[in-house]
Amino acid sequence: MSSLVECRNVTKCYVNGRPAVYNLNLTLEKGHIIGLLGPNGSGKTTLIKMMNGLLKPTNGEVLINGILPGPQTKARISYLPERTYLEAQRTVKDIVEFFGDFYEDFRKDRAYAMLEALHIESGARLKNLSKGTKEKVQLILVMSRDAELYILDEPIAGVDPAARDYILRTIIANFNPAATLLICTHLISDIESILDEVVFIRDGQITLKTTVENIREQQGKSVDQYFREVFAC
Amino acid sequence: MAWNLENDRPIYAQIVEKIQFQIVSGMYKAGDKLPSVRELAAIAGVNPNTMQKAFSELERSGLIVTQRTSGRIVTENEEMIDKIKKEMAKEQIERFLEKMRELGFEKKEILEFLENNQEEG
Repeated sequence: MSSLVECRNVTKCYVNGRPAVYNLNLTLEKGHIIGLLGPNGSGKTTLIKMMNGLLKPTNGEVLINGILPGPQTKARISYLPERTYLEAQRTVKDIVEFFGDFYEDFRKDRAYAMLEALHIESGARLKNLSKGTKEKVQLILVMSRDAELYILDEPIAGVDPAARDYILRTIIANFNPAATLLICTHLISDIESILDEVVFIRDGQITLKTTVENIREQQGKSVDQYFREVFAC
Repeated sequence: MAWNLENDRPIYAQIVEKIQFQIVSGMYKAGDKLPSVRELAAIAGVNPNTMQKAFSELERSGLIVTQRTSGRIVTENEEMIDKIKKEMAKEQIERFLEKMRELGFEKKEILEFLENNQEEG
């Protein structure tokens, strides 16, 4: 089995307070759709940022395809952060063209096709779009790349259910079987049918990594139900 | 999602049942070509690996056959389809009888009931 992401004894401490991620070990293989699930403040976003090279571990190492995060790995990872970084003044078309210039693996035709299917005017300025539409635009940009690893931090939270269905279908249809998709979300029941595996994270450590069919078979529960039970307050 | 699947039992097993039903009910006929794993996964809204697992299961049972050049087709063995159809009918009848017994009906009453119902319908 070829591992795409390898976290070895990773710890991340911010100034003051307990570590956000502590001595964490995790291996993600190629060709899977994985849900990264955990309560608020469990270290999901910190972990994702380390995979993207936006944060450096205090201890241990994160390897992507065997190398440390850097320009080479960023060219192969398509990342949807939880907050937008796009300039509000620009039009959708501007940004699509910009992504086309910036990323070698960006497929403009795919982006325009998805924009059209979701009835998003490519001439519109970002600042004039609703919150949900802005999120759709960002997700389209991320999914229009032919990346090896897609990392989506809360991708569908602000999107209406009908568009959610479209987006999930689009992810399945465009998904390269050799690629891996890591989705971090609270909306488990909406996405669990497209997952292969789930990773549960709590207090900066992995508490469970298993296939979703295993949970259904062994627990007789949906991943959503199981999550509520494991993380019951 | 287009296919109404329950999340609290294995999805591949539900897909197997669903495709069996589609074949038995004639939506896909003997010898018909089936959509690709990816197409069907997108329609159903499930993970392609899960769809693949369901297909493997259906192949093992012989209901669908992989052809090297033209993808997957429904078996041309109509006897086999008929057999599965009867098995599914039997399951339905058992479920119905169980419910009727729970409601307190005897076998004779149930039969009478069915006949009257038929006349009405």
